[in-house]
Amino acid sequence: MEVIIGILEEGLVYAIMALGVYITYRILDFPDLSVDGTFPLGSAIAAVLIVKGINPLLTLPIAFLAGGLSGILTGLIHVRLKVRDLLSGIIMMTALYSLNLRIAGSANLPIFSKSSIFDNPLLNRIIPDYFRPYLVLAILLIIAAIMKLILDIYLKTRSGYLLRAVGDNDTLVTSLAKDKGTVKIVGLAIANAYVALAGSIYAQMSGFFEVSTGTGTVVIGLASVIIGTNLFKRMPLRATTSVIIGSILYKACVAAAISFGMEARDLKLITSILFLLILVVSHDRKRRVKANA
Amino acid sequence: MLKLQSINKYYNPGTVNEMCLFKDFSLDIDEGEFVSVVGSNGSGKTSMLNIICGSIPVDGGSININGKDITNIPEYRRLRSMGRVYQNPAMGTCPGMTILENMSLADNKGKSFNLRLGTNKRRIDYYRESLKTLNLGLEDKLDVPVGSLSGGQRQALAMLMATMTPIEFLILDEHTAALDPKTAELIMELTGMIVREKKLTTIMVTHNLRYAVEYGDRLLMMHQGEIVIDKKGEQKKGLKVEDLLDKFNEISIECGN
Repeated sequence: MEVIIGILEEGLVYAIMALGVYITYRILDFPDLSVDGTFPLGSAIAAVLIVKGINPLLTLPIAFLAGGLSGILTGLIHVRLKVRDLLSGIIMMTALYSLNLRIAGSANLPIFSKSSIFDNPLLNRIIPDYFRPYLVLAILLIIAAIMKLILDIYLKTRSGYLLRAVGDNDTLVTSLAKDKGTVKIVGLAIANAYVALAGSIYAQMSGFFEVSTGTGTVVIGLASVIIGTNLFKRMPLRATTSVIIGSILYKACVAAAISFGMEARDLKLITSILFLLILVVSHDRKRRVKANA
Repeated sequence: MLKLQSINKYYNPGTVNEMCLFKDFSLDIDEGEFVSVVGSNGSGKTSMLNIICGSIPVDGGSININGKDITNIPEYRRLRSMGRVYQNPAMGTCPGMTILENMSLADNKGKSFNLRLGTNKRRIDYYRESLKTLNLGLEDKLDVPVGSLSGGQRQALAMLMATMTPIEFLILDEHTAALDPKTAELIMELTGMIVREKKLTTIMVTHNLRYAVEYGDRLLMMHQGEIVIDKKGEQKKGLKVEDLLDKFNEISIECGN
């Protein structure tokens, strides 16, 4: 039971991040590697603010905005400076590594003893003891559901339509008298805001900031998106829902691998082998054809 | 209306492959004119359209629309008052979005793409009505992704979308070239209807000499970046496909083919 709750918790935190990756990879068709930097950016911001005694709940919107800003920078590098998509992400990812160290002040920053969105005086007063083991899961479920709903609604707005159009056929966006570059920047901002939000929640859940937690984030995100959207392709599920389920399934796979005798230090190896397996099985190896065919 | 003034355009400038396409190229198009443009491959037809739309920069000269110099205005801003339909039927629509969503996108052109709902429910009946004029049964497929439609259906939809909001200028870039003869005929009829109805100033590039002769009230033939035939009004009405073919042959012989 505990194992299952653990998987669900991890799965849900990473699901919020995967929603961001869904925006860049599936909607924008932009392989954004800066995610590896924006996830710990969210963690670093949350950890520092909490150490400073700021209300943990407030760290979420602040991390969200910081992630958005980072996404805007990636977008500007790509659109205005005309750097290739992959390279723009790598540049931001590398820069963010140092920036995250600067923000946190050290490579790891424990916040175990501090209050968080999962553990604070208010919650301790109103939550009965028997519900305690499910508290983290319940809170994560609420946040993930809200973030999913917001994304669903956004994708139905005019701005959301334009975002979908730019990944689908950017010539049409130009025909609609809109600058496709700006639309891409908006998409990257939203995506990275989601990722940083997930990072800030992750730090509060695990009780520390660790600069290397970001490594491999993009792979986890991509794996979740690809598992989710391919597995439930024929089911009447919204893509965002599939991505969340995909993320939980992915974490379950990793947990299974560990229970079969792999060690925690093998984690990244498991991550990449699993990802390769998923790519091969789902035939998602090639980049989607841009020709709108 | 549209004025191209002494346009210069080079490809690969400064290299051994330098090629001068337009040298001192000028063209005037009046309000409400329907111009068909023919010419062999490489004669500069599509480059001319790209220059008008701002998809490619010019190396000299100016482009004016209604007296306003638009030479340095980016493509997406020029297209606010222009509609363009491409040769590839996939270019004018979003394959992953439904017909309804595509129509809504086109309907919002010129408005701000803000956080209002993308599809205005009160407009759905209007979309259905205009799709009905195509006679392709698309009005019953509003929730079908455009990617699963045939090329002809997509091109018809693209045509509708390009002319949905008020535009001053319609640009047709070999828009029937990728379609089978029957569908091409259908799209041409639709084009004629829309252009007449909305009184659009139109430039149509085509390889189909019959369409060029039948449609439009002015005909241009281009060759190596120059206009070799320019007929309008009564002169254009008297023009036959054979006349154009003769000119084509004459040009080819000059080129040594």
